[in-house]
Amino acid sequence: MTVNASTLRAATTDQPSGLSRRHILQAAAVAGGGLMLSLMLPTANDAAAAGEVDAFTPNAFIRIGTDGQIILTMPYVEMGQGTYTAIPMLIAEELEVDLKQVRLEHAPPNEKLYVNPLLGIQATGNSNAIRGAWNPLREAGATARTMLVATAAKRWNVDPATCRAQSGEVFHQATGRTVKYGQLAADAARMPVPKNVALKGAEDFKLIGRPAKRLDTPAKVNGTAVYGIDARPPGVKIATLAQSPVFGGRVKSVNDAAAKAVKGVRQIVRLDDAVAVVADHMGAAKKGLEALVIEWDDGPHAKLTSAAIAAELEHATQAPGAVAQNTGDAAGGLTRAVTRVDATYQLPFLAHAALEPMNCTVHVRQDGCEIWVGNQAIGRVQAGAAKVTGLPPEKVVVHNHLIGGGFGRRLEEDGAVRAVQIAQHVDGPVKVVWTREEDIQHDMYRPYWFDRFSAGLDDKGMPVAWSHRFAGSSIIARYLPPAFKDGLDPDTTEGAIDLPYALPNVHVEYLRVEPPGIPTAFWRSVGPSHNVFVVESFMDELAAAAKQDPLAYRLALLDKAPRAKAVLALAAQKAGWGTPLPARAGRGVALQFVFGTYMAQVAEVEVAKDGAVRVRRVVCAVDCGTVINPDTVRAQIQGAVMFGITAALYGEITLKDGRVEQGNFDSYQILRINEAPAVEVHIVESAATPGGMGEAGTSAIVPAVANAIFAATAKRLRKLPIDTAALKQPV
Amino acid sequence: MAFTIKVNGTAHSVDVDGDTPLLWVLRDVLGMTGTKFGCGMALCGACTVHVDGAPTRSCITPIDSVGTAAITTIEAIGATTAGAKIRKAWLDREVVQCGYCQSGQIMSATALLTGNPHPTDADIDDAMSGNICRCGTYVRIREAIKQAAQS
Repeated sequence: MTVNASTLRAATTDQPSGLSRRHILQAAAVAGGGLMLSLMLPTANDAAAAGEVDAFTPNAFIRIGTDGQIILTMPYVEMGQGTYTAIPMLIAEELEVDLKQVRLEHAPPNEKLYVNPLLGIQATGNSNAIRGAWNPLREAGATARTMLVATAAKRWNVDPATCRAQSGEVFHQATGRTVKYGQLAADAARMPVPKNVALKGAEDFKLIGRPAKRLDTPAKVNGTAVYGIDARPPGVKIATLAQSPVFGGRVKSVNDAAAKAVKGVRQIVRLDDAVAVVADHMGAAKKGLEALVIEWDDGPHAKLTSAAIAAELEHATQAPGAVAQNTGDAAGGLTRAVTRVDATYQLPFLAHAALEPMNCTVHVRQDGCEIWVGNQAIGRVQAGAAKVTGLPPEKVVVHNHLIGGGFGRRLEEDGAVRAVQIAQHVDGPVKVVWTREEDIQHDMYRPYWFDRFSAGLDDKGMPVAWSHRFAGSSIIARYLPPAFKDGLDPDTTEGAIDLPYALPNVHVEYLRVEPPGIPTAFWRSVGPSHNVFVVESFMDELAAAAKQDPLAYRLALLDKAPRAKAVLALAAQKAGWGTPLPARAGRGVALQFVFGTYMAQVAEVEVAKDGAVRVRRVVCAVDCGTVINPDTVRAQIQGAVMFGITAALYGEITLKDGRVEQGNFDSYQILRINEAPAVEVHIVESAATPGGMGEAGTSAIVPAVANAIFAATAKRLRKLPIDTAALKQPV
Repeated sequence: MAFTIKVNGTAHSVDVDGDTPLLWVLRDVLGMTGTKFGCGMALCGACTVHVDGAPTRSCITPIDSVGTAAITTIEAIGATTAGAKIRKAWLDREVVQCGYCQSGQIMSATALLTGNPHPTDADIDDAMSGNICRCGTYVRIREAIKQAAQS
């Protein structure tokens, strides 16, 4: 099968007739509650009242038409991470259909049906789609299969135990009879929903654990895949915009005479804090935008600098914060230590820079609003649009799309809200496309972090105290307020607490400090993108202070964490740890347990005389529990490594006079193929519950690179991105 | 003013300013959305098309510079020998993640293979370094180009 414009249907607009799926969804939504298989199933009476049944829809994820079509509704969005293959694998494994037999559709906004059980909202993030779906979606498939088998058995008047399902058919072994699912659909819809269906054991898996071809790929190599930016409702106009260059600023005046004279420009829309040019095409819209003369009132952040924010964070860490972990007596351990090690680290603001620029298409009518967008949390899009327009949420129809890179940026609804504000002034649908400069300069950024560490070592150099205090923004406090409790949230501290190492005395504190004048958001590998860098850098510093090999030092602390120890040993062995390298080349290692996945990486770097760093080779060992699609695990790590190297070597957003100083890929550099290392991935076989894979590779690589630079040059870099000037070879 | 351009073998008349980038004519005027917008400054390669076979950043190519040249886009590149090999290698090697840059990657890789049927690693780096992949599929892009060259 392929996912393209024709097969990847928008569930919101293309409803089956008769006893419609929407009807069932709405009924379930009214009833409320979690994953409600029983509530979603049409009862015999309902079906009879409807007079016909055109499909078997045992739950919100599966629809088997009487025409034989099998449509799976995807509760998580595809943004490159392979979820539109892995989720179908979970369902198909238990439903007993082949992947080539299914068609996919994007889920509509419905917080009750499509909630991510690990986030509590309908969202794709935190590398937890598979972790959240592992049981519920296999159960969804097994429930449907059990009902189809029961339907066939009833029709044949045989014991269901003598039938089995395979490749979209039910088969009766004794008589050799078969019947296709589509032929059972109408009757299956009248069957009672079984409770507590049995799931397959791993030994019976046909799909899970075997490399599968991605279902979204064919349309992505011939130009037919439809991303949000490709939506073209009839009559759509194209708009681009300028938002206040200082966050919190306002439009003071606009002279749009020259812009209006541009061929193809239709309309100028002035908002409080932005101006948009609406045109026949983006070329005219951009030309019109350049012709606008806008005067801004910069507002309260007109003089803001990122250096001032960094100084504020540093200052904040001089006072105590919320205690995230307190094990043993770190203060006492420090007093008794033979050696004390102190260090501070800083991480910059980062933009997401997904290659698909921010965009959203909106048609506001008097009685409703229709939105075409690629978003990781479309319930928030719907709610945001409802708030702007004053419409009830159910009057806001959202069509989700493939996403041309999410990385956390598309968890936010700001782009959709902005597009709705503009569309309110436009007659007909309008597609608002941000220029790359707007995308970089009005991102919501990974927070700036300031970290302070102290450790005490005993007479053998081993840690007897570990103290860590850090300050920065809490995304969770803004995004999911109930999850921010007592000054802490699970994302901000992930990777900083409950480390795999045997550390006797640990004290970790966090201070929530929200920077003024710059919005912050989740960024690929989220909390761990910060914490793993500082923790694994500092662990390397302890090994150096103890004059021990950084690998051996870590291994000695892992006797009680066998899975962590195994990935670390495997990565080191495959990387040839300890074998000689040329001058100014070095290997660095990092270990992490985040997103439910154990991972170790060894990076091999070369540092040129001028200080330029080249990452030559990366070896990764991963234990992510049960693997769904091993090829996707490899692909995600290969790509996540590049994402992390970009951050380590180049990534930095700075503010001057309240304005983001970077604007396009010349000033916000992304790693290119000529700079890309070879990446080896070694997967540890495991029957444990699946861990997350979309983000883990991004956090581990950054300290591995920094530690490799230390091995190559004896220079410890505690601030990102790395400062090549500090790495110049002395003459 | 009106321009007639030849895209994938078909002539199209469009009425836009002469400095309008080809990218927007393809995407917004002709509705051929396979060619992508990434930067608008020829920095990322997402908008790459072929103009008389040469890989060209359509985001900085004014429509009045195109003349009667043959424009080929991702929608039709599979009809060329090299394009078909590249597309197959992309599928065999599962290069694609989010896929947004891959139209441009495939157009650049096809141009490389057409002019240089047996590229070295350095040739691949040279030809492909103008195409950014934010998902970081570079390891597989290298593998796929090598596979296509051997096919």
